[in-house]
Amino acid sequence: MSSREKILEAVLQNQPEKKLLPEISILKRDDRDAVPGYMQVMKAIGGSVYLVADLTAVKILINEHFDIAKRVVTSLPELTGDYELLSPTVAPHTYDDIELAVLRGHFGVAENAAVWLTDELMVQRIIPYICQHLAIVITAQSIVPTLHEAYEKIGQAEYGFGAFIGGPSKTADIEQALVLGAHGPLSMTVFILQ
Amino acid sequence: MTVGLFIPCYVNQFYPRAAIATLQLLQKLRVDIVYPPKQTCCGQPMANAGFENLTAGCNELFIDNFSRFDYIVAPSASCVLHVKDHLHSEKNEEQAGMIRKKIFELVEFLTDILKVDKLDAVFPHKVGIHHSCHGLRGLHLAQMSELNAPPFSKPQYLLSMVKGLEQVTLDRPDECCGFGGSFCIAEEAVSVKMGKDRVTDHSKNGAEYITSSDLSCLMHLEGILHRNKSSVKVVHIAEILNATI
Amino acid sequence: MKQSHNKNHAALAEDFIKDDDHVNWHDGALWYIREKRDIASKQIPEWEALRETASKIKDNVISNLHEYLLQFEANLKKNGIKVYWAADAGEHNAIVYSILREKGIKEMVKSKSMLTEECNLNEYLEERGIEVINSDLGEYIQQIDNEPPSHIVLPCIHKRKEEIGELFHEHLGTEKGLCDPTLLTRVARKHLRNIFLSRRAALTGVNFAVAETGEYVVCTNEGNADMGAHLSEVQIASMGLEKLIPKKMHLAIFLRLLARSATGQPITIYSSHYKKPREGQEMHLILVDAGRTRQLGRPEFRDSLKCIKCGACMNTCPVYRKSGGLSYHNTISGPIGAILAPNLDMKKHADLPYASTLCGSCSNVCPVKINIHEQLYAWRQVIAKEGYAGNAKALSMKAMAWTLSSPGNFAKAGKAGRWFLSNLPFVVNNKFNPWYKQREMPDGSQDSFSEWYNKNNENGKKK
Repeated sequence: MSSREKILEAVLQNQPEKKLLPEISILKRDDRDAVPGYMQVMKAIGGSVYLVADLTAVKILINEHFDIAKRVVTSLPELTGDYELLSPTVAPHTYDDIELAVLRGHFGVAENAAVWLTDELMVQRIIPYICQHLAIVITAQSIVPTLHEAYEKIGQAEYGFGAFIGGPSKTADIEQALVLGAHGPLSMTVFILQ
Repeated sequence: MTVGLFIPCYVNQFYPRAAIATLQLLQKLRVDIVYPPKQTCCGQPMANAGFENLTAGCNELFIDNFSRFDYIVAPSASCVLHVKDHLHSEKNEEQAGMIRKKIFELVEFLTDILKVDKLDAVFPHKVGIHHSCHGLRGLHLAQMSELNAPPFSKPQYLLSMVKGLEQVTLDRPDECCGFGGSFCIAEEAVSVKMGKDRVTDHSKNGAEYITSSDLSCLMHLEGILHRNKSSVKVVHIAEILNATI
Repeated sequence: MKQSHNKNHAALAEDFIKDDDHVNWHDGALWYIREKRDIASKQIPEWEALRETASKIKDNVISNLHEYLLQFEANLKKNGIKVYWAADAGEHNAIVYSILREKGIKEMVKSKSMLTEECNLNEYLEERGIEVINSDLGEYIQQIDNEPPSHIVLPCIHKRKEEIGELFHEHLGTEKGLCDPTLLTRVARKHLRNIFLSRRAALTGVNFAVAETGEYVVCTNEGNADMGAHLSEVQIASMGLEKLIPKKMHLAIFLRLLARSATGQPITIYSSHYKKPREGQEMHLILVDAGRTRQLGRPEFRDSLKCIKCGACMNTCPVYRKSGGLSYHNTISGPIGAILAPNLDMKKHADLPYASTLCGSCSNVCPVKINIHEQLYAWRQVIAKEGYAGNAKALSMKAMAWTLSSPGNFAKAGKAGRWFLSNLPFVVNNKFNPWYKQREMPDGSQDSFSEWYNKNNENGKKK
C-alpha cells in the first residue's frame, strides 16, 4: 500500500463523526468609514498613505519622496513616460536593483491596511518583494472594511499567485526591536485615488 | 437551607483561622451550616498528578459526607473546581452529579446564592487580590483578561463593602502564582520564580496584604514572603470579610 | 544540533532561571506581546465570535479530513502542482531530496517551517551534500548557532542582542561588539539577498491550504518566503495534513485571527496565496502525516490538530515565559507543544504535560479555542496509566490516596505527629525538600480546624 493510501485510510478510520460548517455571514461589518479607517491603520503599521486626485499627483509625490535617479519600475501605462515599464518576460533576478516599484492594487482592506494584488498586476511575482520601496495605487471606492468583504470581492477570480500586502517588510526577531525592511521593501506607500 | 462546610485537608491543618472565619461569616449571615467531621480531601492532589484513577475512595467519602446538604461551601476555589469537574462515582453517580451542581466556593456563594449586598466588616489596609486560576478561569469569579468580554469581579465586589479597605491595582491582575499542586515540587525553580514575581507585583504596588479565595496559592506566596522576610502578609478573603475592629 | 543533554523540562528550566535579569527580560518581552494581542483583539467587537467560528470550521475539517484531502489533491493537480504523500519524517525528507537530486540542485533556501524542523530536514539534506539556509531572520540566527527555534513565531526570543552580535561577528564578519538590531538586520538582509538570488530551489511551510481551490497561503512579515519562491525554479511546500481549510472565504476568519493572536498586528505583512507555478517554474507540495492521523484517532487530543501556530499560548504561559522554549526539548514548545509532543513520543515527552500549572490562560488566548489546559490534564492521566509518570511519584500518590480516602487512616496519620508532616511537601523543612529550598513551610503548630470545631461546637451543636 502506498503512503497515500495508508494515510487516507488512517484518516478515514480516525476522523470523528462529521460536523457541519458554521454560518459565517454574521461576521460582516458595514463600510461607512472605510477610507479614513484604512489610512489610520496604514500609518499605525509604519506605512505611508496619501489621498490623491489623480496620477499626476502621484507622480509629484513620488518625485518628492523617492530617489528617482535610481531605477524606478511600474506596471501602470500612464506612468511609463517617467518610469520603466515592467517586462513579464525577463528573468526576475534582473530586478534586483530596483529602488521603487509602482503597482496598481485591486483593492484595500480598512481593518488591516492590506492591499490585494495578483500576479497580473505585479507583472512579475517578485516585484513587490524585491524592490527597496513599494508604492501601490488603489481607488477609494475599492476599499472594503474587513477580510470577509475582501474574499467576497475576490470570489472565484483566477490567478496563479495573489497576496495581501500590509506594510513594509518587517522583523522583530532581535530582542523584539521592530526593524522595517527585513528582506522585502523598506517602505510601503499607498496612493488612494479619490 | 442546610449548608455543608467543606474544609480542605491542608486548610484544616494549616489555616484553621480561614476555616473559622468562613464558619463564623456564614453564621453571621444566618446560614444553617454544618461541618461533617469525617471529611478529608477532594482528591485533587492525585488527579492533577495524573492519578485520577486513585481518587475513587476520596470521591465515595466525599459523597457520603456531603450528599445530604442543600449546598456545600468551601473556602477554596481549587478544591471546589476539582469536585465540580471531576467528582464521579460508580456506585452513586446521581449523587455525584447533584454534588457537582450544589458545591460553591465561598465568594460565589456569598454573591450568587446569598446575594450579599452589605457586610459589617472592617479591614483598614491596602489589599491586593490574587486570583487563583481555578477560581478565575475555572469558576469565573471574575472576568478573565484574555477575553473580549465585559469586566466583573466577585471578590472585588465583596471587598468593596469592607470599611477601610483599599484595593491595590496590579500590573498583571490575573497571572498565575506558580503553585500548581505537584508543580510546586516537580518544577520548583519555575514555581518559585512565578511566585516571586507575583509577590513583587503586589509589594511594589503598595499591598500590605495579599488576599485570595485559594489558600494553596497563598501558602506558596507566604512561603516566599517569609523566606524573604517581607512585611507583606497573606490573608484568606474569608478572614477579611469576617474581620471587625 | 546542540542537544539538551537528556535533561527534563524542570532541570532545563532551572538552568534558564539562573540568570535572573535575562529571565525577567524574556518574561517581559513575551508579556508585552501578550498585551499587544489583548489590545488588538479588543479592537474587534466580534472577536469571541471569530474564535468560536474558527474553532467550528476546524471541527468540520477534522471530521471531514478524508474528503478535503482528496479535494485538495485533485485541485492541486489541476493547478499544475505536483503532490506527494509522506507517512513520516523520513519519507518527507527523502521526497525533498529526490526532487532536488533530479534537478541537480545542491543548495536550497527555506522559509520558516516548523514541520521541516520536526523532520530534521536540514540535517538530512546536509548529510547528503545539500546546503540549506533558513531565511527567516530568527531561524537564520538559530541555524548559525546550531540550535533549534525556541518559539514558533519568534525563533530566537531567548537570545540577547549581544549574543546575536557575537554570532554575526563570527559568521558574517561584522565588527566585534556590534549589536544594534537595525544594523544587524541590515547585514542579514544583504547577506540573505545574495542567497535568494542564487538559489534554484526554495522550500516554504504552509499556513493554510484551501481544499476548494487547491491553493495554499504562506504568511510572513519579512517577505522571505516570497523572495525565495519567486526567484526559484523549483518551489517546494511542506504541510501537515491538518493545515486544510474548506473554502477560500474561510481564510478571512483565520487571517483575522492569526496575526492579532500572534503579535497583535492586524495582519501579517505578506499573506501569499500560491496557486499555480509561474512560467518556467515547478511547484511541489508534500502532505505529511508524521503522527497526525494517530492524534486524529485520540478523541481527547484530536482538537490539538486545530492549531494555527500563532504562538499566543506561549506568550501568555507564565511557565513558558520563565523557562524558555528550549526547556521543552521539542520542536513545538510551550503549552501547545506539551499536548502535541506526547503523541509523537510519550516516554521522551512525559514531563511536558507536567510543565504547567493548568492555569488555563492558554485556552483563553487560543484563536481556535483548543482546550489546551484540559488536554494537559488528560495527558497526565494517560501518561500515569502508561507508567511514564515515574515510579516514585506513583508510589507516593498511592500512599496519599490511601490515607485521604479513609477518615480512619487520616485521623491516625494525624495523631502520629500529623500525617501531613511526612506526606505533603510543603511541610518538610529539610534541604532535600524542593518546597523548602526557597520557601518557608506553613505554620503547623496550631490546633487544626477540626480540633477547634470539636472544642467550640460540642457535638456540633454549639453555635
